Amino acid sequence: MIEGILIGLNTALSLKNILMVVMGCFFGTIIGMLPGLGPMTAIALMIPITWGFDPATGLILMAGVYYGAVFGGSTSSILINAPGVPGTVATSFDGYPMAQQGKAGKALAIAAYSSFAGGTLAAIFLLFAAPSLSKVSLAFRSPDYFALMVLGLTAVSAFSSKGQFLKAMMMVVLGLMLASVGQDTLSDIPRFVFNNMNLSDGISFVLVVMATFAMSEALTIILKGTDPSRASKAISLTELGSIKLDKNETKKMLKTIPRSSVLGFLIGVLPGAGATIASFLAYGMERNYVNDEEKQKFGKGSVHGLSAPETANNAACSGAFVPLLTLGIPGSGTTAVMLGALLGFGIQPGPRLYMTNPEIFWSVIMSMYIGMVVLLILNLPLIPYIARILAVPRTFLIPMILFFSVTGIYLMSFNTFDIFLMIGIAVVATVLRLYKFPMPPLILAFVLGGLMEENLRRSLLISDGSFSFLWDRPLTAIILAFTILIVSWQAYLSIKRS
Amino acid sequence: MKISSVKIISLLFFVLSAFYLYTAYQIQVFSFDENAPFNAKTFPIYLGYVGMFLAGLKIILPEKVKEEVDHTVLDYKKVIFLVIIMIFYGLTILRAGFFLSTSFFLLFAYYFLGERRWKLMLTFSFPFVALFVFLLHGLLDIYLRDPFLKLLGIIG
Repeated sequence: MIEGILIGLNTALSLKNILMVVMGCFFGTIIGMLPGLGPMTAIALMIPITWGFDPATGLILMAGVYYGAVFGGSTSSILINAPGVPGTVATSFDGYPMAQQGKAGKALAIAAYSSFAGGTLAAIFLLFAAPSLSKVSLAFRSPDYFALMVLGLTAVSAFSSKGQFLKAMMMVVLGLMLASVGQDTLSDIPRFVFNNMNLSDGISFVLVVMATFAMSEALTIILKGTDPSRASKAISLTELGSIKLDKNETKKMLKTIPRSSVLGFLIGVLPGAGATIASFLAYGMERNYVNDEEKQKFGKGSVHGLSAPETANNAACSGAFVPLLTLGIPGSGTTAVMLGALLGFGIQPGPRLYMTNPEIFWSVIMSMYIGMVVLLILNLPLIPYIARILAVPRTFLIPMILFFSVTGIYLMSFNTFDIFLMIGIAVVATVLRLYKFPMPPLILAFVLGGLMEENLRRSLLISDGSFSFLWDRPLTAIILAFTILIVSWQAYLSIKRS
Repeated sequence: MKISSVKIISLLFFVLSAFYLYTAYQIQVFSFDENAPFNAKTFPIYLGYVGMFLAGLKIILPEKVKEEVDHTVLDYKKVIFLVIIMIFYGLTILRAGFFLSTSFFLLFAYYFLGERRWKLMLTFSFPFVALFVFLLHGLLDIYLRDPFLKLLGIIG
């Protein structure tokens, strides 16, 4: 492990990669602050840029954007009660009341220190958990992988759908359908290309991500008439006050951080669950831990209440990398985008990544520490200035997002067909968003589609066409049992509600 | 009886899945692969059935809360304009070149979204795109087909 850490440090501490972390955190903070535009949009816009880099640098940049976006989301939650990303909704429960009491600077500092501590502790857990899990996951066979992907897709649908499980599952099928367009990987037989040469290589992953997130979010903002830059204008005008914490506040944070970090990390590792669930659970758990006097302060500017969700959401971000790096299966929409980007680089994440590309594996883990330091040192004091830069009117912001989306896809293929396809998918995604069909399950399914088919093919060929492979191995059966449990739970909830 | 929009979308999804399934059955596989446990059309066929099943469930099951969208507050006009100028952008990017088509796309987009500060609009269109082209072509060495800049002798 020491050797791995040194390899990681060597890669992550190169001037280029440090610059990428700084850029990623800075850009992520900007996008994360804008309500409506989340980390997936930020990462989607970054993908064409990463194409020119080596895979380690590309992934480091995207990881920086991810943390930055979560931190940026906390800022708008605390200062104007408008969470930029769902993972920071719980932050506003105590962060905003604190800001209203004239302690905005303190609230931001608590959020930043908690994020830093949560992210750092989770990165240490990742340091130990990922190599061990990598070794264990070498025992996984095709049926296990297939079952794991089914579990991942079901879990993401269950957690991201907010009671609309069927809608989310429909999006999974749509994602898998889009992934099946193009030549079959084994036989090269064209499928769903309708004699169109432009479709024979399949639909580009970047195109789907750009269309369903960056472009569709921009169109949704215009359709609903919202102004995301209004938030940044309000932030830039807010008086922050002191960012220094007293002894009592620090003591409270020191109690909250360890337990919220463990909880956040464990939730992050689970497929489908992510920063949002982790932050809400941490908030609830913390409320049960504190004494009655502190309990009364929850919702009115409690240090515990602010520190817990902030620690947990950052810890969950690190935890989400565990299934991605060790199994090659993303646990969330954001890590699915990163997986797609890695596949684009020709890198297959999974148990062998640890051995075949140790510099990627370790440099990503090491860059997480650097990212946390950057967020703490650079972004915290710069928040009002970043917000001022961001106070760009939407009349300029939206065309720029559309321009970067179109140009990003055009520069990758120099094919105008891709532009039209992207516009078509974006329009459909905008309509689907309007009726609350979630997009993360679609992306996850699109990324996993090829791998899922490949593992199903191997499993069926080994078992001579029999579906007994689903219960022949205990591991496969256990994973599928969890899937059935999730589906049954969703069905039960649906019946209970009606 | 009024059918909710979500049910209509589900119905469309059902039709899409049925069409997908039909197309999946039409996939020509190699003759030696026809009776194999798994061939190029196996997975799409499963997908088609699952899609029809899920969409069918969504259509049949009662809706607890009708999720209707208030269309009167939605700004369709601006979105349609943006989509049209994006299509136009796609149509002109090869013929007019990256510089002109992108600059005009940005200019029109700012205008349609209600921006009227011409100095800013012009700054963030032509000079901005020129800088972007310089970054791509001059610094990153990415070739951009641009008949207009070629005519001016700026790129080869």
